[in-house]
Amino acid sequence: MRVNITVNGRPYAADDVWEGESLLYVLRERLGLPGSKNACEQGECGSCTVRLDGLPVCACLVAAGQAEGREVVTVEGLADHARRRSAGGQPSEAGRAGEAAPPAPVQQAFIDAGAVQCGFCTPGLLVAADELLERNPDPSDADIREALSGNLCRCTGYEKILDAVRLAAARTTGEAV
Amino acid sequence: MAAVRTASAPLTQAAGVGGGVVGESVPRPDGILKVTGEFAYSSDLWHEDMLWGFTLRSPYAHAAIRSIDTAGALALPGVYAVMTHADLPAETHYGLEIRDQPVLAKDRVRYHGEAVAIVAADHPETARRAAALIAVEYEELPLVVDEATATAPDAPLLHPGRTDHHAAHVPHPNIVHRQPVRRGDVAAARARADVVVRRDYEVGMQDQAFLGPESGLAVPAEDGGVDLYIATQWLHVDRDQLAPVLGLPADKVRLTLSGVGGAFGAREDLSMQAHACLLALRTGKPVKIVYNRYESFFGHVHRHPAKLTYEHGATRDGTLLYVQCRIVLDGGAYASSSPAVVGNAASLSIGPYVVENVDAEAVALYSNNPPCGAMRGFGAVQACFAYEAQMDAVAAELGMDPVEFRQRNAMSQGATMPTGQLVDSPAPVAELLRRVKALPLPPERAWEAAGGPVDVRALPGGLSNTTHGEAVVRGVGYAVGIKNVGFSEGFDDYSTARIRLEVIAGEPVALVHTAMAEVGQGGVTVHTQIARTELGVDRVTLHPADTRVGSAGSTSASRQTYMTGGAIKHTCEAVREEVLRRGRARFGAAHPAWAAPERLRLADGKVVTDGGEAIGDLAEILGEEAIDLEREFRHRPTEPFDLGTGQGFGHVQYSFCAHRAVVEVDTELGLVKVVELAAAQDVGKAINPLSVVGQIQGGSTQGLGLAVMEEIVVSADGARVRNPSFTDYLIPTVLDTPSMPVEVLELADDHAPYGLRGVGEAPTLSSTPAVVAAIRAATGRPLHRVPVRPEHLTGT
Repeated sequence: MRVNITVNGRPYAADDVWEGESLLYVLRERLGLPGSKNACEQGECGSCTVRLDGLPVCACLVAAGQAEGREVVTVEGLADHARRRSAGGQPSEAGRAGEAAPPAPVQQAFIDAGAVQCGFCTPGLLVAADELLERNPDPSDADIREALSGNLCRCTGYEKILDAVRLAAARTTGEAV
Repeated sequence: MAAVRTASAPLTQAAGVGGGVVGESVPRPDGILKVTGEFAYSSDLWHEDMLWGFTLRSPYAHAAIRSIDTAGALALPGVYAVMTHADLPAETHYGLEIRDQPVLAKDRVRYHGEAVAIVAADHPETARRAAALIAVEYEELPLVVDEATATAPDAPLLHPGRTDHHAAHVPHPNIVHRQPVRRGDVAAARARADVVVRRDYEVGMQDQAFLGPESGLAVPAEDGGVDLYIATQWLHVDRDQLAPVLGLPADKVRLTLSGVGGAFGAREDLSMQAHACLLALRTGKPVKIVYNRYESFFGHVHRHPAKLTYEHGATRDGTLLYVQCRIVLDGGAYASSSPAVVGNAASLSIGPYVVENVDAEAVALYSNNPPCGAMRGFGAVQACFAYEAQMDAVAAELGMDPVEFRQRNAMSQGATMPTGQLVDSPAPVAELLRRVKALPLPPERAWEAAGGPVDVRALPGGLSNTTHGEAVVRGVGYAVGIKNVGFSEGFDDYSTARIRLEVIAGEPVALVHTAMAEVGQGGVTVHTQIARTELGVDRVTLHPADTRVGSAGSTSASRQTYMTGGAIKHTCEAVREEVLRRGRARFGAAHPAWAAPERLRLADGKVVTDGGEAIGDLAEILGEEAIDLEREFRHRPTEPFDLGTGQGFGHVQYSFCAHRAVVEVDTELGLVKVVELAAAQDVGKAINPLSVVGQIQGGSTQGLGLAVMEEIVVSADGARVRNPSFTDYLIPTVLDTPSMPVEVLELADDHAPYGLRGVGEAPTLSSTPAVVAAIRAATGRPLHRVPVRPEHLTGT
């Protein structure tokens, strides 16, 4: 079958998609967007978290056909997504093809706080954290933990991930950091 | 879509004038790629025209293979190759130390999940279906599942006729290796003891559960060789096992490191490497293999489960007199790292304490259980759980505070290990315990907001709303551990670095090239810092790790900052020497300082005297002629442990970490919430403080997982793995992890580069017993096994 999806603001068409393929497989192997990861492909680890029409989902649990005609945001599009959000939804002149887009606030915070080690969990965590901060700009520690409870990390022990989300929230709400 | 996506390009990082040197929290050079999803992991690789490989695995733990029929698989459209043992071109076995593991099983399978056949097809689902069409006829055989069945008079011999160098000294062919450690006179000490505590302990089988599944891409080359892009911990040891299996000379098997999604020991052994290369050479096409999570649980080794018997004797004043212990480690079907695990367990068996009379023994079994091998802190983790429980038990018998009892017996620099080795660098065991004890405790009853409703998120069970605090009790526990750094026991451990210093666009740039596997630990960051520090340049480029430079050894045993960091430092020193030689040749007459190179250093792109005067410019000295050098670095030699007494200078360095755990337990349901897990560790020199803290927190969390969550459950009746998924093999989520304060000491080891000490493994040791000690303190229950389960806490 053929699947038409808007991914990170761009329309894509994937041909010869087998009915059993997941959205994750299509993103990674047919659209050339391997940023969403395949740590378990059972919906347990959250490394494949993407936003489907704005909602965080495990891309491995979404049949490719279910994504037909819908909008997907992956980690590759997070910087652009954040920029459009802060610009009130207007497409920005920056970030044209070929230009290195500056990272989204949550991405920069992960680097600055030391929240990245092997980084395999990072794409899913970033998508989940960005969505959290979008709906709750000043989350408590308990809020952060609940929002990220679907994302496994094996290297960091999560402490620096919490630091990163706090840092991103603090920067967004204007506290000097 | 690019035609090929193989390895990451070189990473370049500039830190600004004077910045980014040893001791700073420099951000990692691969950080931007990782947060934007552009970092190329081994499972992200892609090649035009590539095929997908899949492995057929045994459903039985011990069975004879009567026949294999591949006709059905070969007939499936889209299948390009099916291979069994009969198709192997050359050597048929591999192994890190003992080559006892078949690439594909021939006439027998020895564990549930052993590889029997491999398939290459044009779609991963086609490959899976083809594998299911391979008809294998099995005949089940009697199982070896523990020491009793392994050493019984009629025990099946799992590796009959073994000829490895341990075979001669073990009491039974189903014992891989045995190591005693004997010192002093335990019998005489027992007679003088006022208090004797003897107990049995058990450690379950933990899995590394790295998130990036085993994966890689093998590309056949025009010269008949193969290029393998792979996630591993040691490129060169993979190549040295692959070349004989493929029947190729080593220089035709070229490995490049792809992005590694964590390791923790599970990538020391081969997994899909040989299979991908065999299929690529057979089909003439690139072959990618990616394990799914189910297969990953079968595709790598686990932590050796252990049964430990310990007896401690002490006098009334709180002095330990003797320790006698026996540690039985189940290595599963193949040897893997079992000999090294045995060596660590035996030599570190009594912990970081001064005990003059020791009688210790560690053995590893062959069995039909899943293969076990390296996992963060191997050998030492198992022992630490037992000896720390013993310390609490002895302290209780003596009526002493458990921390004071530990401090009273703690080793320090100048102590003698039970192996006779002098501890010749700082061993701040008592101080580490003092540090964790001095930290303020987290507030009690955090779920009771001032006057507001109960916040169940702060309770055991969380939003499951299983309690409002009625039966919740708090406990605090302490533990401290000792871990060796490096390969130990006489292994010729070294690493290699190639450094190229040249002028690019008028600026001096250092290229650092090693085969070090970055598995997430932050080695690449440290490498840029060392190069900057030693060569005084700002811009450092990291060449992808590959086998075109000498071996870096394994990213394990907490050794890479010491070894490959040491190699980079060593090679930079040689480069600096060459810079100064050239500078002296051109400008020596202009300034007398050139005559004393020991008083010169490189900083900010210049040659600077120890008085701070710049006497030469790097770009000018180099001109158009780069300096490109490769050097090996070795630590001081170690020696094997004596097979009768365990005496020997076996470990190059020791690492110490102490933990305090605070738990809250719902005693009605047996649910444990770890509220805080504080650590204090001596790291010698924190080359990158932020990275160091991250490693300590990560290691602590894996220890927490072993304490209360993680175990590969093997069925009693068939030695089959019952929980090969993240649905039933639970690792800590962000809801299971507590706040983790970290205290870092920096007491230099003068034998090591920058005085540093290996960091990554020690926190995995002491975190487990600290959590269990806290649970004991909360509940009063005598817990002797990890992981602790709800039924152990409720008595049901």
